[in-house]
Amino acid sequence: MSVIHNDFVIRFANVNGSGSASANGMFAKALFRMGIPVATRNIFPSNIQGLPTWFEVRVSEQGYLGRREGVDIMVAMNAETFVEDVGSVSPGGYLLYDNSKPIAKTLKRDDITEIGIPLSTMLLPEFTDPKQRSLFKNITYLGALSGLLNIDFEVITGMVATQYKGKDALIQPNIHALELGRQYAYEYLNAPLPIQVRQSDQVGDRIMIDGNAAAALGALYGGATVCAWYPITPSTSVAEAFELHANRLRVEHDSGQKKFAIVQAEDELAAIGIVIGAAWNGARSFTATSGPGVSLMSEFLGLAYFAEIPAVLWDIQRAGPSTGMPTRTQQSDVLAAAYASHGDTKHPVLFPATPKECFDFGAESLDLADRLQTPIIVLSDLELGMNDNLSEPFEWDDSRTYDRGKVYTAEDLDELEVFGRYLDIDGDGIGYRTLPGTHPDKGAFFTRGTSRDEFAAYTESPEAYERNMQRLLTKWETAAKLVPSAEINNQKRGVGVIYYGTTSLPMPEALEQLSAEGITIDTCRIRAFPFGDEVAEFVDSHELVFVVEQNRDAQMRKLLINENEFSPQKLVAVTYYAGLSISADFIYGEILKYYQENKLSRLTEVQK
Amino acid sequence: MTFVAKPRTHHPLLPVNELGLTRRDYEGSVSTLCAGCGHDSVSAAIVQACAELSIPPHRFAKVSGIGCSSKTPSYFLNKSHGLNSVHGRMPSVMTGANLANRDLYCVGVSGDGDSASIGMGQFAHIVRRRINMLYVVDNNGTYGLTKGQFSATNDKGSTSKKGAPNLYEPIDLASMALQLGASFVARSFSGDKQQLVPLIKAALVHKGMAFIDVISPCVAFNNHNGSTKSYEHIRQHGQNVVNADYIADHEEITADYEPGTFEDVSMPDGSTLRLFKIDENYDPHDRVSALNYVQRRGQEGEVVTGLLYVDPDASDCHEILDTVQRPLNELQETDLCPGNDALQAVNESFR
Ligand SMILES: Cc1ncc(C[n+]2csc(CCOP(=O)(O)OP(=O)(O)O)c2C)c(N)n1
Ligand code: SF4
Ligand SMILES: [Mg+2]
Repeated sequence: MSVIHNDFVIRFANVNGSGSASANGMFAKALFRMGIPVATRNIFPSNIQGLPTWFEVRVSEQGYLGRREGVDIMVAMNAETFVEDVGSVSPGGYLLYDNSKPIAKTLKRDDITEIGIPLSTMLLPEFTDPKQRSLFKNITYLGALSGLLNIDFEVITGMVATQYKGKDALIQPNIHALELGRQYAYEYLNAPLPIQVRQSDQVGDRIMIDGNAAAALGALYGGATVCAWYPITPSTSVAEAFELHANRLRVEHDSGQKKFAIVQAEDELAAIGIVIGAAWNGARSFTATSGPGVSLMSEFLGLAYFAEIPAVLWDIQRAGPSTGMPTRTQQSDVLAAAYASHGDTKHPVLFPATPKECFDFGAESLDLADRLQTPIIVLSDLELGMNDNLSEPFEWDDSRTYDRGKVYTAEDLDELEVFGRYLDIDGDGIGYRTLPGTHPDKGAFFTRGTSRDEFAAYTESPEAYERNMQRLLTKWETAAKLVPSAEINNQKRGVGVIYYGTTSLPMPEALEQLSAEGITIDTCRIRAFPFGDEVAEFVDSHELVFVVEQNRDAQMRKLLINENEFSPQKLVAVTYYAGLSISADFIYGEILKYYQENKLSRLTEVQK
Repeated sequence: MTFVAKPRTHHPLLPVNELGLTRRDYEGSVSTLCAGCGHDSVSAAIVQACAELSIPPHRFAKVSGIGCSSKTPSYFLNKSHGLNSVHGRMPSVMTGANLANRDLYCVGVSGDGDSASIGMGQFAHIVRRRINMLYVVDNNGTYGLTKGQFSATNDKGSTSKKGAPNLYEPIDLASMALQLGASFVARSFSGDKQQLVPLIKAALVHKGMAFIDVISPCVAFNNHNGSTKSYEHIRQHGQNVVNADYIADHEEITADYEPGTFEDVSMPDGSTLRLFKIDENYDPHDRVSALNYVQRRGQEGEVVTGLLYVDPDASDCHEILDTVQRPLNELQETDLCPGNDALQAVNESFR
């Protein structure tokens, strides 16, 4: 029988709160340490204990990180979802389950291979405490998998040793449980299976990290000193990671005191208010939330837009309101972010696609906010934020300085005859600001939303209002030049595809699949709004552009049409919004279908 | 409304403070509030207090919400920055401002609508967080800027501009501040400079959350039934004479009374407010008895004024968070950025 190496999808079905997360995490980490590209995905309920949860690992020697349809190995450890889980195994796949109790005949499938391990009974004599027993069940199936899939055992045992460093009493029983599983696999299960892993060099120097931790590190390196937040999945871990790393990396040497302040606010209104207050007073600050929080923050975002106060807001997107589906991933806040608030507002939005980009944007957003004196919204999502993603390692140029934008110092003010907060001296729409307490006589002003002239004096003059609004548009044009530009591969192939954020993950694979069908298309990965000229050029130089995204209403497509007045006929929506991450198979299927239905010509005719 | 800067020539007779500055150096722009509005008296008291304390006039951060009261930070301390934020959210903005620079004197001004209704949550939580600031509520029992609706501090049974009685229990912000852990709680009356100025001074130098509930009458919405100055009356009887939005000039309402005594103050809405000034026998160091005292007197129909509670040794938010002594907004790359070597170690921990 031929053996498949490093190319499969394994899914773990567990009960939330059963301790499976750490065992499953170790599984993925072990493959990663063997140099094999992996992508992990949590599918979890809005629940702390008891509801079903799934953890999926895509293993791909080619380095495809997007979700792939189908499950090759199912580790079915949740009785409640067993039927569903058995059903979701791809034909030819494997079902690993606890056969301490026999499974019903009706559930048997003859197109898959059942691998029963009597986990419960086999642990009975080993661990007397029932709680320990259920915890070690996870470790035991991990041991079994190591045998079945040929995972380097030392990598796993090494991980156990590091994980329980300091709690040495836990190391031995864990290793014992691992060995029990592994031995069972060798003795009774015909291990290894025809699906296996083997050492690879495809990971390179990449790291495995969740986007939220990366964002927090970026903010830390970018000089954020104030972080205000209110708990909401999937954004909570941004603030938590900031606290974790700041406590380590941002403490004053002599005094042990903190060079940062973190406030868990009473709600998102307060969180963004704190950020705005801190930034008005010259401290770099940020908050992280998800869609519901953005809704609450809208009024303040408008104030910051008009009052021209920097702010950085991370929105880790999830599905709509309430609980349940909202702990599933989506890209459905694009329009809400771009146009948040009232009275002619729009905000620069950044779209990171990898943890590396979360790190980079974490710092860059603070520079942009200071430079543009306006809120910057970074749109990540649950997929990127809460899953361990393979990522280029982070880098920091030690000669880099923060761009604090246009701020007059006391010396600048001394030289100045008149200070006009909202004068457009440089013609880029951005005025010079001053910070409270800077100068005894000069530069103080009263910050208001609207109703002010160039010198920040109160006025309700229609002309002054109009001038101000026009200047804000000039600033918007400046923003379009400063935000990260789109990543483009344009070979003038007539048809293009636009995507952004985590929709980029399955894209290389989808493009491969399409090119096997004779469909070759140019790509444009949008990294920010306002769109730079390069986006317009990309659209203009193609007859047809697919816009692939993860929301129902094709929000990026609408934003493109709205802002650049592209012909709606030209931009074809490809949307997935059911709560899992978009897959290569889906993108491929939709684009292929469009080609077939519209009888578009292909490069080569398909050879079947 | 045009905006005229006041001439800055010093009156030769104005007293000079330790910095050689006079009260004029602490003033703001010309007020656009109604003549006689209590809020203007509060601004004047802030000016006087800051001048007397000889704090450099540019070392304040002024933040407010929205309302007539929240407009006032532009009417004092022109040399300091101010931020007129959004309705009910002064506390969060001030929290951020204070975290950014612990060296500035923070003055937050809010209204009773701003703090006791839309911003009730933020009021409660900034008090809990013990931000080092002076928190002033210009309490007029009404929404001045939106023309006279009831606010949540209005007494049950009093009547609105349309004559309808208030059906709901009032919220006492001073009692709440006591309960929520403010380390300085006072109440005063806008027209009682003698009491208000020293309270503001004490609050400004107090480290921690200093809350002052200042009863500050709104002279525009004096609408008790039968008043010849009520909106109803003017609408019915005077349409040809004045417009319905005509607001007559008012005299400032003042109160001048000794500690330990009452003063009955006639409010613009025709009601009478009985103020009771606490005397030197009152011990302001016991939070629980303070709360008890305020509540009991309140039950007897008296509004207690004076310093209700102070804890001179209380900690503020910076101490709670254990932040560095230097203002966070002054920290530079070398203070803030851990550098590439540390980052490579971070990378390694994710391999
Ligand atoms: C979100 C929002 N809702 C409503 C308003 C309208 N509004 C402006 S001022 C105000 C009430 C102000 O009352 P208060 O805080 O007591 O101030 P006063 O004018 O009485 O001094 C309201 C409701 C607003 N500005 N913002
Ligand atoms: S409406 Fe009332 S609160 Fe507002 S300025 Fe006039 S008197 Fe003062
Ligand atoms: Mg009021």
